[in-house]
Amino acid sequence: MDASAAKLIGAGLATIALAGVGVGIGNIFGSFVSGALRNPEAAPRVFGNVLLGFALTEAVALFALVIAFMILFVF
Amino acid sequence: MHSPMEQFEIKPLLKFHLGSLDASYTNSALWMTIAVILAFMLFVLGTQKRALVPGRVQSIAEVGFEFVAGMVRDNVGDAGKKYFPFVLTLFVYILLCNLLGMVPYSFTPTSHIIVTFAMAAVVFVGVTIIGFARHGAHFLSLFVPKGVPFVLLLLLVPIEIISYFVRPFSLSIRLFANMLAGHTMLKVFGGFVVMLGIIGGWAPLAFIVVFTGLEFLIAFLQAYVFAILTCLYLNDAIHLHH
Repeated sequence: MDASAAKLIGAGLATIALAGVGVGIGNIFGSFVSGALRNPEAAPRVFGNVLLGFALTEAVALFALVIAFMILFVF
Repeated sequence: MHSPMEQFEIKPLLKFHLGSLDASYTNSALWMTIAVILAFMLFVLGTQKRALVPGRVQSIAEVGFEFVAGMVRDNVGDAGKKYFPFVLTLFVYILLCNLLGMVPYSFTPTSHIIVTFAMAAVVFVGVTIIGFARHGAHFLSLFVPKGVPFVLLLLLVPIEIISYFVRPFSLSIRLFANMLAGHTMLKVFGGFVVMLGIIGGWAPLAFIVVFTGLEFLIAFLQAYVFAILTCLYLNDAIHLHH
């Protein structure tokens, strides 16, 4: 196979990580909404943690992006 | 058409050379300087009047101060008071760099991994030194989870050690990749607007408007995450998982 074609396939494969991140972010906000509906008074107190979890999960997606960029531009 | 990566190019504005070292004053350095000057104006000049009923600038300074002070108090406790100035400096600097990056035609210093890695490395080395200074060799008990059978420890201790040494990388890559990805995405969709023209260009334009709002949220969120993770690492070093 041509090296540049393999690069493009590899960069595309790197985006598979987004499946896990989608599950993760959905899980965070889904749990937050269901928890907030059960106990609305406690919701504002945990919202900071929700944002923290969101940012940590999103970072995993960005690690995949960095790997895709490295495959495309560095090698 | 310009490449979406062109905005991250570092251009020297004033050329200096120290021997073989290129110490030019670049556009990255220019925007860092602007961020530092703005932070200075916000906290020193803005609070100079010390009015009992604060004006707009003084209110922003006080809210920011209180926000970070509460973050350090909640996550590190009283022992963290000493390190509050450091966390506040990190937070304000990253926040201003991120927000200034949202100004059209500006440059985002935090979109370069060397900038974020320098900050993360300072946090990592500093936290390790604080841990050893406070606890001596006992600090190594951070790597040994409590109440775990010996057989599992053989597996867990290497994982704990690896996760400790990955900290500066995950901390720096998170900030840099967020900035890089967000700004690249804005530019790519900006390209779509031009390509689709007056008929189809409205859809990506609407997306850009929404996404710019999200970018402002992310600019704040990443500064918050960087500061709060610094607090958590400090808490680990000071209280050793207790």
